[in-house]
Amino acid sequence: MSIGLCMKRNVPFELTDINLLDANDKQLLQISKELGIGLSLIEMKSIQKYFSKKERNPTDVELQTIGQMWSEHCFHKTFKGDIVSPDEKLIISNMFKEYIAKATKELDLPWCLSVFEDNAGIVDFEDDCAIAVKVETHNHPAAIEPFGGAATGTGGVIRDILGVWAAPIACTDVLCFGPLDYNHGKLPVGTKHPKYIFRGVVAGIGHYGNNMGIPTVNGAIYFDESYVGNVVVYCGCVGILPMSKFVKDTKPGDLAVLAGGRTGRDGIHGVTFASAELTKESEEVSRSAVQIANPIEEEKIKRAIIEIRNQELGSAITDLGGGGLSCAVGEMAHRSNCGVYVELEKVLLKYPGMAPWEIHVSESQERMLLSVSEKNLEKVLAIFKSEDVEATRVGRFTEDHTLKVHYRGHTVADLDLYFLFAPPRTRRIAKWKPSNYVEPAIAEPADLTQDLLEVLSSANVASKECVIRTYDHEVKGNTVLKPLQGKYGGPNDAAVIKPLTDSWRGVVISCGMNPNYGKIDPYWMAASAIDEAIRNNVSVGGRRISLLDNFTWGSPEKPDRLGGLTRACKACYDFAKAFGTPFISGKDSLYNESPLGPVTPTLLITAIGIIPDVRKTVSVDVKKPGNLIYLVGQTYPELGGSEYYRLKGYVGKTVPKVRIEQARKTMNSITNAIDSGYVKSCHDLSEGGLAVAAAEMALSGDYGIELNLKNVPKSNDLRRNDHVLFSESNSRFLVEVAEKNREDFEKLMEGNIFSAVGRVKKRDILSVNGIDGEQIVDVRLTGLRNAWKRAFGGKT
Amino acid sequence: MKKEEISVCILRVGGTNCDAETKRAFDDLGVKAKIVHLNVIIKKGNLLNYSAIVIPGGFSYGDYVRAGAIWAKEVSVKLGSELQKFAEAGRPILGICNGFQVLVEAGLLPGFEGISKYPEAALATNVPIGYYCGWVYVKHENRGKCIFTQKIPKGKALRIPVAHAEGRFIFSKENENAYLKRLCDNDQLVFRYCDENSEPANGEYPVNPNGASYDIAGICNPSGTIFGLMPHPERAHYGWQLPDWTKRERMPKYGDGRLIFESMVECIKEK
Repeated sequence: MSIGLCMKRNVPFELTDINLLDANDKQLLQISKELGIGLSLIEMKSIQKYFSKKERNPTDVELQTIGQMWSEHCFHKTFKGDIVSPDEKLIISNMFKEYIAKATKELDLPWCLSVFEDNAGIVDFEDDCAIAVKVETHNHPAAIEPFGGAATGTGGVIRDILGVWAAPIACTDVLCFGPLDYNHGKLPVGTKHPKYIFRGVVAGIGHYGNNMGIPTVNGAIYFDESYVGNVVVYCGCVGILPMSKFVKDTKPGDLAVLAGGRTGRDGIHGVTFASAELTKESEEVSRSAVQIANPIEEEKIKRAIIEIRNQELGSAITDLGGGGLSCAVGEMAHRSNCGVYVELEKVLLKYPGMAPWEIHVSESQERMLLSVSEKNLEKVLAIFKSEDVEATRVGRFTEDHTLKVHYRGHTVADLDLYFLFAPPRTRRIAKWKPSNYVEPAIAEPADLTQDLLEVLSSANVASKECVIRTYDHEVKGNTVLKPLQGKYGGPNDAAVIKPLTDSWRGVVISCGMNPNYGKIDPYWMAASAIDEAIRNNVSVGGRRISLLDNFTWGSPEKPDRLGGLTRACKACYDFAKAFGTPFISGKDSLYNESPLGPVTPTLLITAIGIIPDVRKTVSVDVKKPGNLIYLVGQTYPELGGSEYYRLKGYVGKTVPKVRIEQARKTMNSITNAIDSGYVKSCHDLSEGGLAVAAAEMALSGDYGIELNLKNVPKSNDLRRNDHVLFSESNSRFLVEVAEKNREDFEKLMEGNIFSAVGRVKKRDILSVNGIDGEQIVDVRLTGLRNAWKRAFGGKT
Repeated sequence: MKKEEISVCILRVGGTNCDAETKRAFDDLGVKAKIVHLNVIIKKGNLLNYSAIVIPGGFSYGDYVRAGAIWAKEVSVKLGSELQKFAEAGRPILGICNGFQVLVEAGLLPGFEGISKYPEAALATNVPIGYYCGWVYVKHENRGKCIFTQKIPKGKALRIPVAHAEGRFIFSKENENAYLKRLCDNDQLVFRYCDENSEPANGEYPVNPNGASYDIAGICNPSGTIFGLMPHPERAHYGWQLPDWTKRERMPKYGDGRLIFESMVECIKEK
């Protein structure tokens, strides 16, 4: 650090006092920059004021600790701050509370047991048993080091589940990459090729989940040019816990026990790195911010933690994630209204010579923090030892509300937790500008077979079997509905897990994401993602659905990005409330900007439902020739952002909307039809619309389908065959019903917009008759399968 | 031995991860099974109190060096004499996936001349390379020696999933023909990958998911009491675990994997 701004303390280790009290504005920013903590001038001034009152300068340990806590990654200050228009009018204050959490609060559902409070959201499952869910973003690390970034993303989200005393039962992964055939010559310096990132990320996800023995059961892979500079990696985990063993009650006098892997220099400043834009220097500067994964260590920790939980030996638990020990001890003390005294020299290190601040903020993986009463300490340490896990007491919780850190007899940090947890409120400017896309003029092809085959083989629609097979989706032996259905690997809409041996109740896991719609309007993108996640869940038999939100956005310091974000959040409130599906957890990753520009705003919605009896689960494959195919839901000329338009080289303007009254009714009726046993197979309509949904049902069931577009329920302004086939209107399902159930099904569906549009055929052909009865698609199932499977496989 | 007297030891170390569902399979058959950490067995020295050992699937010690190699060394060094007694007494030892890799690395399989000092075979990296999770068919080839397949008719194709990156069963090039012959002559060949009509895979991917020599999916020792296989029978124990149970008019109660555990229990009972 620059001379004049700091003074090395005369102690036998590295400790520096930072001359904050005398610093001017320029120097304050210089300190923030040189320490790598990325704080703004307002934030630095607030720290200066705090230490002026204390009449002393801060140590490097203290400033580093504050830097971690106040980072966007840890504190989500954009979501919790004020958002104003360019003329300084307040648009919304605390978007998190007023949009995301508000729907949950207003819905006030008794089965939401713990939301937005802990490392994961917790909902009721059966009797004492509850489900914990969390989805994380790990974009920045994956851009620098794909394998390690993705693996530690999975490792981190699994620890979030352990951090609420739950045992993980399933993982999810949703990934966005640049096109795999992207021109090498167009890559800016420091940006890695999408193919390299793709291979590393997929291997990293599999490495962690497979090795730990947690099935990876649901996900999506999406390709778009805007992800070339900004890869998106969402890792999710679902766990199960007995609610009576859920304890979060640290008391003064309890001991802080650090367990798991040793602490090293890997993962220093992960949070500040994740709260900044990627540049061509990122790899050089931030490589050490990416941690190293060791899934076997976490598997052992898991066993020990479940045993400690069962024996009720701990008083609280949390994982060490962003900000490392500094955030974990602070948060544990703060939420139980205690203070904490940390003896940093007790932390077990990978190698000697680390400075106290490095030990305090290191994000080395596979570490958990427990608070344990003195009388239980020996038992807890013995349990860790029996699993070959190192654990050590590193401090004690205290009465006062301070964070005191000692190292070899010296106080290296002494901070009030009230100060640490109350950063100055940020104020950011948002400006939403509607997009300039227009509806393209494309001639309607007479024969749409070729278009269907091309959409089926497009990167976003094509089968991801070659990736899914590298993940163990069967381990634990509880996967009732798999990501790949039957012999032909049909794309099931959701996964169903049967977590309890003695119960038929199942957990239903699905997701929804429509980044391409966000280019037109983030509001309808968010609405569509929510609708898609819910209808994916509903179509296999899920209900009582809760949601998780994961935002990947550009820099919130740029008004247009924030304008879009605000709109998407508004939609989250509107549609979560209207569907009666509360948000229970979420995470945002902002600053996804690279030399190639911002990421396409990408909102992932994960939906967690239950199915009372997994034996009623419905899969995607058609079952029997002669059965009727119904289309439930209205089709509109909504092709803006569709795969069909992308194929033709356009984005378009007519983004799919959600008509909430009709949508809600449709979802409920589908659930009733499934419970009544009328639904033989079911598939939601999403990318590629009716054409792709019918093709996927046929190719996975190995029977043909004949469709008549004349019978498709559609709005009056929808008159073209290609538009009917490829429109991506929301809230629609294709449902297979036996002839004998025709009347009962139609009666049950009364009040919905629906119609029988075709039949399952013994002949292995998908044929579609247009609005005027003329044949517009005629293709063998093997042709569909080849297009759908080979396209992607050939590229990887 | 009466069924209630049977006590199965499901061994685990750091990285084992299929122990719970393996135990569930025995629970379902009304047989007592206990998941025991290797550290505990070594400390208590009570391996011989159990009627059978199962080494379940997982990534023991991260599968560093070679899959199963570290655990195999540890077992040989720390538990070698007890394990030898156990095996020589003809008590059943079952290795599933990582467990199969351990048994081969520890010299218990194929064990032509008893426990060998060095591995006589290997479960090498898959061809095509990489982790593969999917359902396969395996044809029962054993003529009657293997106690783990007594209830399975010869020639029957069982449908069971695999999930591994190192499952390509091979002998060294110079011994390949002689060892393969020996395996067949001794009736040590148990399962071979095949298609749904019991036709051999002939190395064709993904019918043979890993490129195993002679499509070998599972083998036993010369006395038929030690058995290892790459597929996971515990994941094909119940009907609802099958990959296309939704296609059936009525969900089958059980899957094919259960037959292996049933055969094993029957044989222990008859002893």
